Amino acid sequence: MIKIKKRWEIPESEVTPEPLYRRRREFMQAAGTIGGALLLNPWAAAQASLAIGDYQEKVISIDEEITEEEDATSYNNFYEFGTDKEDPKRNSKRFKTDDWQIVVSGECDKPGTYGLEDLMKPFSIEERIYRLRCVEAWSMVIPWLGVPLASVLKSLQPTSKARYVGFKTLHDPVRMPGQQRSVLNWPYREGLTIAEAMHPLTILSVGMYGKTMPNQNGAPIRLVVPWKYGFKSIKSIVGIEFSETQPRTSWNIAAPREYGFYSNVNPEVNHPRWSQKRERRIGEIFKRDTLMFNGYAEEVAELYDDLDLTVNF
Amino acid sequence: MWLKSVWAKPLLHLLCLLPFTGLLWAAFNGGLGANPVEKLTHETGAWTLRLLLLTLSLSPLRQWTGQAAWIRFRRITGLYTFFYLSCHFLIWFVADHSLDPGAMIEDIVERPYITLGFSAFLLMIPLAATSNQFMIRKLGRKWKSLHQLVYLIILLAVLHFIWLVKADYLEPGIYAIIAVILLAHRVGPIKRIGIKSAPVVR
Repeated sequence: MIKIKKRWEIPESEVTPEPLYRRRREFMQAAGTIGGALLLNPWAAAQASLAIGDYQEKVISIDEEITEEEDATSYNNFYEFGTDKEDPKRNSKRFKTDDWQIVVSGECDKPGTYGLEDLMKPFSIEERIYRLRCVEAWSMVIPWLGVPLASVLKSLQPTSKARYVGFKTLHDPVRMPGQQRSVLNWPYREGLTIAEAMHPLTILSVGMYGKTMPNQNGAPIRLVVPWKYGFKSIKSIVGIEFSETQPRTSWNIAAPREYGFYSNVNPEVNHPRWSQKRERRIGEIFKRDTLMFNGYAEEVAELYDDLDLTVNF
Repeated sequence: MWLKSVWAKPLLHLLCLLPFTGLLWAAFNGGLGANPVEKLTHETGAWTLRLLLLTLSLSPLRQWTGQAAWIRFRRITGLYTFFYLSCHFLIWFVADHSLDPGAMIEDIVERPYITLGFSAFLLMIPLAATSNQFMIRKLGRKWKSLHQLVYLIILLAVLHFIWLVKADYLEPGIYAIIAVILLAHRVGPIKRIGIKSAPVVR
């Protein structure tokens, strides 16, 4: 079951629990920031790198065991840093995300180049504990830190023509050595319908396990769309584009018959490589049944009422 | 010549068992990463393919080096191929399908790369079963025809790997090139040399 905590339901005592408060202090110290004003800022960030200060715990969560942090940070599909699961951790060690900028373009009233903090600063960080289901039939449960994508997009004021949102990953073969081989059509691209992008479950994530996002998991900022296969949750985002037409997406370009634009987790839609009926939860040996929309059917099924999901897979 | 040394075969046994003991050791020491089942499946599959290619390269090695002794090792490498293949199959059947034959058959029917892999496994069984001296004598000339199935098996195995890969074809590509070279070798030169290619099994 999904538990969604309403902001007004959180007792005062829970807002900043003691260990968290202390952790925040550590972050502050690490970031080298001293000063009263900054204590109120959830983006306790120095210029060097994005550090996360205060956040609301478990704004949305599930009653399932959280995947070991070690597993979630050492078993990654992030082809920009290599195609083996262990590659991203090894090859992203020196990846720097300083002065990260995001280009916003297309059908919106506030296009432009935004510094990561400027784009995110107005919003408070929430912890969201979501299932992550990879198309390769394995899954994890991850405590993300992020803000609803809808909040960020609304601040950019999309026009009435904005029916889709496209995202782009950094393209820099020097910093991302996996891009030196053309295993995919770089830069990595993903996209959502505007309704999917505005859905309250969709977040832009900047951290996990109470910490800043590790490089191998998509630092400094990535998408998390929990009811879709993992490859939809694009990492290391440098571009957001509102458009009237459906954007092309990387895996769809690579193998259109296997990876559709929607790519919702769906045990009923067969995939030529992996049965999607079941999945292996990382940390377990045997497989478990895969849930429709990865267990988020109650929240998102209505988005697809008029859509034949076997055609629009 | 070291090829004919009495130590050659025991050494080969040790070498063939090395990946297996390595995996076993890793399994008990948390060395298989976040998804140990996937790791074991991939590793046993890769070693099956490597040993199969090694087995198929012994006959060309005999011709290129003029050393008939290479052929002595063919049964050992062939049987270890079948050993790793059996591990590969069992891990998949037990951990991926929880020993459910229905689920397994569904997977075989629905996914072409599994159809190929499973066919290769089935075809390997009679080869392993007839690799002993008794069956070689009993089958006579038919033994050689039967064991030429290995050419089909290597094609199935390489295609199985290529087909399951998502985007990075480097490793299966390397195996495919080696397999093509080894197979091409048999189409041309062997026929001309003729008699020399008669089976020598010890």
